[in-house]
Amino acid sequence: MTSAVPEGHEGVWVFVEARRGTLRDVSVQLIGEARRIADRKGTVLSGVLPGWGVEGLAQQAIEYGLDRVYLVEDPRLETYTSRPYTKVMATLIRKHRPEIVLFGASKNGRDLGGRLHAVIDTGLAADCVRFDVTPEGYLDMIRPAFGGRSLAHIHCEKHRPQMASARQNVFRPPLRDPRRTGEVVQEDVEITDTDVDTRVVKFVETPKHDVSKIDDARILVAGGAGLGDPKNFVLLEDLARVLGGEVAASRKPVDAGWMPKAVQVGQTGKTVRPVLYVAVGISGAVQHLAGMQESGRIVAINSDPKAAIFEIADYGIVGDLFQVVPELIRRLRAARGAEAPAELPAAAP
Amino acid sequence: MTGPGATAARVGLRTIVCIKQVPKAQELSVDPVTKTLKRVGVPSEINPPDQNALEAALRLREVHGGEVLVLSMGPTSFDESLERAIAMGADRAYLVSDRALGGSDTVPTANTLSAAIHKIGDFDLVLCGEETTDSSTGHVGPGIAGHLGIPQITYCSEIEVADGRVRGTRMIEDGAETWECALPALVTIDFGCNRPRAPTLTGKIRVKRGGLVTHWSAADLGLEPSRIGLRGSPTIVAKVETVQLPDRKGRIFHEEPAVAVALLLDALRNDGVVRA
Repeated sequence: MTSAVPEGHEGVWVFVEARRGTLRDVSVQLIGEARRIADRKGTVLSGVLPGWGVEGLAQQAIEYGLDRVYLVEDPRLETYTSRPYTKVMATLIRKHRPEIVLFGASKNGRDLGGRLHAVIDTGLAADCVRFDVTPEGYLDMIRPAFGGRSLAHIHCEKHRPQMASARQNVFRPPLRDPRRTGEVVQEDVEITDTDVDTRVVKFVETPKHDVSKIDDARILVAGGAGLGDPKNFVLLEDLARVLGGEVAASRKPVDAGWMPKAVQVGQTGKTVRPVLYVAVGISGAVQHLAGMQESGRIVAINSDPKAAIFEIADYGIVGDLFQVVPELIRRLRAARGAEAPAELPAAAP
Repeated sequence: MTGPGATAARVGLRTIVCIKQVPKAQELSVDPVTKTLKRVGVPSEINPPDQNALEAALRLREVHGGEVLVLSMGPTSFDESLERAIAMGADRAYLVSDRALGGSDTVPTANTLSAAIHKIGDFDLVLCGEETTDSSTGHVGPGIAGHLGIPQITYCSEIEVADGRVRGTRMIEDGAETWECALPALVTIDFGCNRPRAPTLTGKIRVKRGGLVTHWSAADLGLEPSRIGLRGSPTIVAKVETVQLPDRKGRIFHEEPAVAVALLLDALRNDGVVRA
């Protein structure tokens, strides 16, 4: 069916997302992967950078691996909003006819890609974790399928451009080479009053110390429905402290409002890969496993010997978490000698 | 009418909530022998983020009056979820159901739902969940907004309406951003941002009386066969590969807590994962 492939489309593009004066990490990661795809196809790698006062970022993006940047500067593009950015991308895609367009799967990247693919009527594969080029020359867009147990290979044969978003923190950021040169092309896309249909009226930055501590933690202690009560998470905090880790949760405690969404592990939460993952009172629904199955060592503590979590555990303890966890804390503290064992009274004043 | 959803002189807010029926996530498990998903006999539910969208719509109706209409696309078994939505408090529901819609990717799905929204006509707000738990693209909501040419605010954990405008606070990677736009607009709602209410007895009685779910075919919406279903889908799933997970030791301790904990710590120390 290669005869049906629309002709006259050439080049690999990435949407380069500027965010408050810097390039988004996911955009940098994407440039590295897109460079590889463009090299395999023997074609030019370009980026589209909409914004205001972002010319310096265009140069940075070149140093990370772009051959060319289409720079669209307008005060109305200073902060991302859907319709103006969609107009920029749709206009430039129609003008230059790229073969492939890639986005970082940030919230804004998904917001933009979702609107754009409907407007220009082409395919968009979400949250890809791997890319390849098929023998026929199609982009092989590989994304986790239901529950992360399998990977689906998505192809877009008859529509151009082929579009995909790339999951954050999957692709390694490329090295920045300050000697690398490329072309910066100023593009004019008129942004009218009608295009500016939404206004960003407020932004409250998440304090740095609250930003997803669980993403980079070496050790995670995660609690599930088995905890029974939000107060019992104190027990997990104690265990996390003595292990030098952070506390995470499965979906049920988050649904119930016991724990914040920011610490949820699983398909609708975060994907984590700590050295040690201790699952306490977590049954092990597939959706949860999808978010932690690549952890180094997995320990499961659960009273139900048939709980699915034991299937992927390195070590499991079948027992009452309210007995097992305190015992674990006590032994770790005793071994460490850093604190008095829990059952001893505090020293007299 | 100047465009889709142009508001006529009517009282209250008319909200259309797009929902999908998905396999119940928490009931899914992996077959220990075949290592594949056990799907047979798994009950269905309204896609959880869509439940949050429905709850947000019902709360807006409590404040502003008006109507909450529910829209879905899928086989007639989806009636179960539409009826549940009515039992939770929605006024009416629409299901676009047609064999020709099978195999739709996000492009024809957004196209079909937009056509249904056009047919419903007059509306102020379209709400969707941020994404579905079975496909997790988050592309259909923005796709509908693109088709309808209306503003969109995605990933909202808070939403309020005043003076013909909607304000949504979206949680993005580095903080909380509040966007504002005029109605009609499309807003996607964050999973877990509210607690969806349970169906009520009155709601169940309304379902029993019947007549609240309207079925439309692709022809009813005037959809071109080339733009729907598999034919209208730019993407195909070329193949699916099974993920090779790292081998696990699978040592399960059934001993009393003190013994089991000692064995566990020995193992973790041997592995070099725990130092002390």
